[in-house]
Amino acid sequence: MPVVDLAKTSLRELNAALQKLGADTNETSWTVLNPSGEHAVAAGVDAPVSITIDGPVGYFCGGMNKHATIVVDGSAGQGVGENMMSGLIHVKGDASQSAGATGRGGLLIVDGNASARCGISMKGIDIVVKGSIGHLSAFMGQSGRMVVFGEAGEALGDSLYEARLYVRGPVAGLGADCIEKAMREEHRAELYRLLEASGEAGTVDVGEFRRYGSARKLYNFNIDNVDAY
Amino acid sequence: MCGIAGLFIKDPTLEPELGRLLAQMTSSLCSRGPDSAGFAIYRDSTPGFSKLTFSAPEGTDIAELAGRLADALGHGTRVATRHTHAVVTLAPQDVARAEDWLAAHAPQATVMSAGNRLEIYKEVGYPDDVAKAFDIAEMAGTHGISHTRMATESAVTTNGAHPFSTGADQCLVHNGSISNHSSLRRELKRDGITIRTENDSEVAAAYLTKKMRDGETLGEALTSSLDDLDGFFTFVVGTENGFSVLRDPIACKPAVMAETDRYVAFASEFKSLTCLPDIATARVWEPKPATVYFWEHA
Repeated sequence: MPVVDLAKTSLRELNAALQKLGADTNETSWTVLNPSGEHAVAAGVDAPVSITIDGPVGYFCGGMNKHATIVVDGSAGQGVGENMMSGLIHVKGDASQSAGATGRGGLLIVDGNASARCGISMKGIDIVVKGSIGHLSAFMGQSGRMVVFGEAGEALGDSLYEARLYVRGPVAGLGADCIEKAMREEHRAELYRLLEASGEAGTVDVGEFRRYGSARKLYNFNIDNVDAY
Repeated sequence: MCGIAGLFIKDPTLEPELGRLLAQMTSSLCSRGPDSAGFAIYRDSTPGFSKLTFSAPEGTDIAELAGRLADALGHGTRVATRHTHAVVTLAPQDVARAEDWLAAHAPQATVMSAGNRLEIYKEVGYPDDVAKAFDIAEMAGTHGISHTRMATESAVTTNGAHPFSTGADQCLVHNGSISNHSSLRRELKRDGITIRTENDSEVAAAYLTKKMRDGETLGEALTSSLDDLDGFFTFVVGTENGFSVLRDPIACKPAVMAETDRYVAFASEFKSLTCLPDIATARVWEPKPATVYFWEHA
């Protein structure tokens, strides 16, 4: 049960120790104290360990995460969980812009709000935001699911590919090629599983969400669409 | 990169802490801008008098220079010096005389600000060192703005550091880069606005000064800037009683704000806000793009 106090240990030492852990490590439960908004806390971890960070973190916390469960007991700066591959990142406060950017797998949960460009270029990650998200979220999202309990800002899902977006509150505006789609039974089931995974099954009503996805008109260059580029 | 911090105090009992809190907030932004730093502090005014802050290069005997200026201006002028800067308290009609005197007798000096309450302190160097050299921590005031600079558009000099002041009690700090600053600078100079440097951010300050001179409110001037400034920016702007924030329509540059009953605070990164009282229960949010935020003392 290692406890690392970043007021005493350097961030570089912490990350080196975490990045050295293998799949069979016995040190499976880590606590990080005094993160004080440092950047890249617990980035690049590749082991099934759990890491609790006691306080706010800066940019790219848990970036490239594989297998680890990372809990941030505070807010997270830009790019939390960017390009994560698997595992779980749970931010108990708010997340700044580009949360889960380019993520390829795993689950990112934000208890508060996430700001602009949440899930930009998402490629398989699941993102659950219990508050609202900012403008240009899910821009060019290729796959994965995004669930938002609150509102979405302007240009949601601009140039979207196959990421699926579920938003409960009002959407300020849809981006190019993003449209509202019907919620069928399979989508309600999918959404319920995501709520379950984020500990909210039964606390919010699946029926209150609307689904947004790609109209699939901008996938390939088409001269008829030139005005839309 | 650059870092910005700003603090607008609502509860007067917090005013004595302004400098200490702003210096602390700025300290956590050193890595965003290690080249130079600057502080704009809205301090007490002296009824019937104006204030002019000027700087001179290190090595200049600033007290001697300020003394000569006071002698030239005559009765009632007072001077106080801090590190490389001097604050001159003078009759309002003497501000232009003081500027002329400095231009004629001390061309190495630069006027930082003029107005009733604004004082600007800025210098090249690591931000913590700059704050210490000016003893920012001991300053009381109603609001203040600071900047840590990583230079992109112009040289690392004292005059290239932020904040910029181009009008009485007005100041601006900027994180970003403005592409059409050369053509705008020419137009603004032609319109009679004083611009002292080649820095793009000073042009943004001058643009707002011009718009306000022509009758727009600060809010209207900031809204106009969304059409006329080409580039990316987060601005924090101070006026004698007001404090304003604007991000470009894409919101390229980071910004986070916190508000309680006692203050409104702005920072480039959340860690800069963690030193503030009751931050755990403050309303914290990221300002929306192309949206003017404004607070004012009655």
